Amino acid sequence: MEHCLYRLARLAAYKYTEVPYRFVNSSISRRDFARRRSRMKIHEYQAKAILAGFGVPVPRGKVARNKDEARAAAEDLGLPVVVKAQIHAGGRGKGGGVKVAKSLDEAASFAERILGANLVTPQTGPEGRMVRCLLVEEALDIRRELYLSLLVDRAARAPIFMASMAGGMEIEEVAKDRPESILREPIYPETGFQPYHARKLAFGLGLSTEIVGAAVPFLQSLYRAFLETDASLLEINPCVITGDGQLVALDAKMNFDDNALYRHPELKELRDLEEETPLEVEASKFKLNYIKLDGNIACMVNGAGLAMATMDIIKLSGGRPANFLDVGGDASEQRVKNAFCILLSDPHVRAVFINVFGGILRCDMLASGIVSAAKELKIKTPVIVRMEGTNVKQGQEILRNSGLNFTVANGMKDGAEKAVSLAGEAR
Amino acid sequence: MSILVDKATRVIVQGLTGREGSFHSQQMIDYGTRIVAGVTPGKGGSKHVGVPVFNTVVDAVRETGANAVMAFVPPSFAADAILEAVDASLPLIICIAEGIPVLDMVRVAASLRGSKTRLIGPNCPGIISPGQCKLGIMPGFIHKQGHVGVVSRSGTLTYEAVGQLSSLGIGQSTCIGIGGDPIIGTNFVEVIRMFNDDPETHAIVMIGEIGGNAEEAAAEFIKKQVKKPVVGFIAGQTAPPGRRMGHAGAIISGGQGTAAEKYEALRAAGIHTVESPAEIGRAVAAVIGRRGIKSARKPAMRKKTSSRQKKSPDEKKLAPVSKD
Repeated sequence: MEHCLYRLARLAAYKYTEVPYRFVNSSISRRDFARRRSRMKIHEYQAKAILAGFGVPVPRGKVARNKDEARAAAEDLGLPVVVKAQIHAGGRGKGGGVKVAKSLDEAASFAERILGANLVTPQTGPEGRMVRCLLVEEALDIRRELYLSLLVDRAARAPIFMASMAGGMEIEEVAKDRPESILREPIYPETGFQPYHARKLAFGLGLSTEIVGAAVPFLQSLYRAFLETDASLLEINPCVITGDGQLVALDAKMNFDDNALYRHPELKELRDLEEETPLEVEASKFKLNYIKLDGNIACMVNGAGLAMATMDIIKLSGGRPANFLDVGGDASEQRVKNAFCILLSDPHVRAVFINVFGGILRCDMLASGIVSAAKELKIKTPVIVRMEGTNVKQGQEILRNSGLNFTVANGMKDGAEKAVSLAGEAR
Repeated sequence: MSILVDKATRVIVQGLTGREGSFHSQQMIDYGTRIVAGVTPGKGGSKHVGVPVFNTVVDAVRETGANAVMAFVPPSFAADAILEAVDASLPLIICIAEGIPVLDMVRVAASLRGSKTRLIGPNCPGIISPGQCKLGIMPGFIHKQGHVGVVSRSGTLTYEAVGQLSSLGIGQSTCIGIGGDPIIGTNFVEVIRMFNDDPETHAIVMIGEIGGNAEEAAAEFIKKQVKKPVVGFIAGQTAPPGRRMGHAGAIISGGQGTAAEKYEALRAAGIHTVESPAEIGRAVAAVIGRRGIKSARKPAMRKKTSSRQKKSPDEKKLAPVSKD
């Protein structure tokens, strides 16, 4: 209950504060558009717990949610410790979210300063991300740092291991400066992961023979963790070689394939709603794919490609889209209504542009949904409707006979232009 | 007159008796697609929408001589369904399902390597050769028989492009949605190669999206091998630049997959690009007009005109959108 109220408060705050546009998922691929959380993210401490379960060595550590817990954790682990802010974004070191504490007081005071604060890193955007939890870990004697990751490669159509000697650096930077230094090893299901894969990578990184011996089971465990959790990304950056020749995952990042979560109920529970944009969380409950942007023309479209094209044509017509919203091919009246609620809870919206090419989604059904939503929500914002495809005549009939003031557009260009001009007037 | 599917295509529907399977199978039958069998485990021996149902794909192929399969199976069972069809050595599989776990598709891709089977999709609207065969969920009536090949990563945006073409009187040879997932059975290059080799396809429309580098690869291929005019559009031009493209993903796939990069690659390959999704149809009209290529509106100039004109009874349901 308390949690609910808190969420509502956050939603309200979201409505009335100026929120600059930002893709919460920092990438912009179709999968992000098409299905908002196609890659569920988890915190570092959660990823490390999963990896440890697969036999991957990780530093000893404890989660702390206040300064006393941080102090106790440091005492327990033995000084010095590393205190790391837990947010769903990288670059935490650069943003001041990681600190080595040589005393218990230092650990506690750092915890006090960073918990509840907004951490700004190169990946959070200027508004930063609030830190709610810390990971306190033993500090290791580091001899070397490596980069390791596993992900599915579109071109190879298989998982691929990437490794680089430049541990601790952003892999993008390495790829830009020294692309040849990144090792790539696709793992095809016909063979699965074999020791030779690990040897190729380990010798390729220039590791000594004895460390290669340790690297084989290490990489094998990583691969098993990736496969058995249906991960979409497993990144160890850095993976360190300690003074006594052990490999340890000093950092860990795991994303999971949302489409496979149905077979991993234990992973579903790791989702942290606090790390996601409230409106987008609401939208996901209604199976709507919604991404908030910074414009004032809301769009409701069926299909991810057409939704992106609709944003494009709004911009080409001189306007700015307020969001990406894909209602899906099988939208019901109720879903259309829910979509309206989400769109209109963005205070910047001055016009709503509905662009639907009916295939399975029939225009008459869509029109009834629009009409009943408009009546129920007493929508004052101008609504521009462009419909094409299955049952378009019946759909337009329903809009015309509704007694409501919809602007019917002829084609997407006409629709976008009308939306831009109405949004301008409404301001 | 088309690639991959035509009047001779004999189709098995996996999941024929399900809600979606029933609905779309009926739609496909109404369009003229020859659905010869359905497969629903446990319902073998029965009939559904006038089609015999079998327990396994192998049984259905043996009894009916089918040469294509359409999978209407929920995403969690889709990989299994595709693997079964590959095992039965069917030459063509269309999979519509959206949301198949990517590691399932890794296994599917492995089984496709070295097989004779071509997979279209998943997460796609399917394939249609207007007036001949529809294997998918697209609204058949917006299409019109003709000479433009359409290939796209998206669903409804393909309908949009096709709607524009048809309303300008420009027909299509075959329209294919290759799907939006990270791992798909057939990519742009493979489809464009088939269009290039098809004497009845005179121009190609390619609709891409941001992310990945499939469009860049296609541009490369077109530059080297394709003489037919190509019109290209990339959706997502105005999506604000992300700070990172799917992290490590961008590294292996080369460029960042932004619209600007893709447009550059397309233009460098001599593709006629359009920036507005509303201009796709007109761009094709301009291109085929300029090259003196006959669109469906001027059938008298084609050799095979006579055979197509005989199909005029079909024309009613193939009429452009405006007629509905």
